[in-house]
Amino acid sequence: MDPTTHVNWGNTAWMLTATALVLLMTPGLAFFYGGMVRAKNVLAMLMQNFICMGIVSVLWVIDLFSIAFGPDTLGGFIGDAARYFGLHHGADLWSTGNGVPTTIIAAFQITFAIITAALITGAVADRLKFAPFIVFVTAWSILVYAPIAHWVWGGGWLAQHSVEDFAGGTVVHINAGAAGVALTLVLGRRIGWPNERMRPHNVPFVLLGAGLLWFGWLGFNAGSELAADQVAGYALVNTIVATAAAMLGWLVVERIRDGHPTTLGAASGLVAGLVAITPACAFVSPLGAIVVGAAAGVLCALAVSLKFKARIDDSLDVFAVHLIGGVVGALSIGFLGDSAINSAGHDGLFYGGGFLQLGRQAMGVFSVLAYDFVVTFLIAKAIDKVMGLRVSRDVELEGLDINLHAESAYDFGAPATHATTPVVAAARTKVDA
Amino acid sequence: MKLITAIIKPFKLDDVKAALEAFGVTGMTVSEASGYGRQRGHTEVYRGAEYEVDLVPKIRIDVLTDDADAEDVIDVIVKAAQTGKIGDGKVWSVPVDTVVRVRTGERGVAAL
Repeated sequence: MDPTTHVNWGNTAWMLTATALVLLMTPGLAFFYGGMVRAKNVLAMLMQNFICMGIVSVLWVIDLFSIAFGPDTLGGFIGDAARYFGLHHGADLWSTGNGVPTTIIAAFQITFAIITAALITGAVADRLKFAPFIVFVTAWSILVYAPIAHWVWGGGWLAQHSVEDFAGGTVVHINAGAAGVALTLVLGRRIGWPNERMRPHNVPFVLLGAGLLWFGWLGFNAGSELAADQVAGYALVNTIVATAAAMLGWLVVERIRDGHPTTLGAASGLVAGLVAITPACAFVSPLGAIVVGAAAGVLCALAVSLKFKARIDDSLDVFAVHLIGGVVGALSIGFLGDSAINSAGHDGLFYGGGFLQLGRQAMGVFSVLAYDFVVTFLIAKAIDKVMGLRVSRDVELEGLDINLHAESAYDFGAPATHATTPVVAAARTKVDA
Repeated sequence: MKLITAIIKPFKLDDVKAALEAFGVTGMTVSEASGYGRQRGHTEVYRGAEYEVDLVPKIRIDVLTDDADAEDVIDVIVKAAQTGKIGDGKVWSVPVDTVVRVRTGERGVAAL
């Protein structure tokens, strides 16, 4: 097959770019989370995010893409694992309907699988062991992420029931949020929580990370059109304006409830907006996107207090921001969906579509939530039984960085710098000899 | 000889240092410190959760003087560090037995 007759150069160039944009989101997320933990655990937090880039990329190329996006098997549960095994199928991989080589779609989708696994880490900050976490990410990507991606995006049973999720409200955010809560329940609360104060150690990192997320998210949402066209334009502008509205919504709640609008609130609000507009970005109008964003900003800001009532140590509010934000976004399509924006979408309740699409969306939310929560809980319990998922009390109190990675993030003190000399000299001697 | 220790608000360091230099003090040791007095700490809010922060950042200045200058040095520091608001800090002095200049081995007032 001659690729030049099948490749759409404009679409392909955009998808190459969008893939790079989304890949940057995971380092952004690492800093968003890393700034919120205490200084003794910041490297462990960054590492949990970066290692997802390591594990998930390899798994995805070997077979997860095929399981998620291969032709439908098992009644819409997973894709055909043999079809794209190893991404080595010659002519099969030349082009999709949009004229974009399938290899690029596979690469674009790697970045989604990575960040979904990485998002979970925020719920269980400061207490995860490293090797068991790698086993968890592996099992979770195979048993939870790939099947759910197939259900919604790979032509699986939810797609067959017209559940709409443009860029990952169910697949990414409800999925990661529910998994985070399940994992927290298996691991338990941090020592001292909620009485001991666990302030963010570096709020500027949080804002830097949030900024990188917003930047990369333009590729996440507008790239999910898989083409450089009108719908991608709506996804792009909606991703900007819903995020802006959510930041404002969160800050208004803080001003009224706490007295001050905070920088951490601005960062949290904008991420809540990104989450909520993700499923809806190509199905609602820009004014609809403002409504979705503002609703997410307000509701997610109010939801952060629930963990204290439930006494569940969802350390960095994955439930409040990702699960609640994802539900707001997924259901918003049922209210604000407008087929004039995207002919592939359906009209919601406010656009004359009645309750039909809202019902479909609710089914999508519930199915993903229930399957993910149960399977994640079982995976985590099994790994906890065999390997132990949680670090020892001593390690937790002293800090994960020094104990799990033999490093410390910050070296501002002169005594610490000078005290390292003998060990370094000894190591160098060995190398030179 | 006396060791004068001052705990002051961090943003007052430049004023205090300039005042001590103007008075003729030739050296000092400055360190970052944390603590609280009658003002206690302050409240910070992160995602709606309030944290009472007991220890607030302070600057600690240590100055060695001879006995004759001690009261004047204390006055200079207090005047320069004062804002009149709660949390301005404290200054105290203690007697010193021995001072040695490491480079020359000089002892006592000659080492100041």
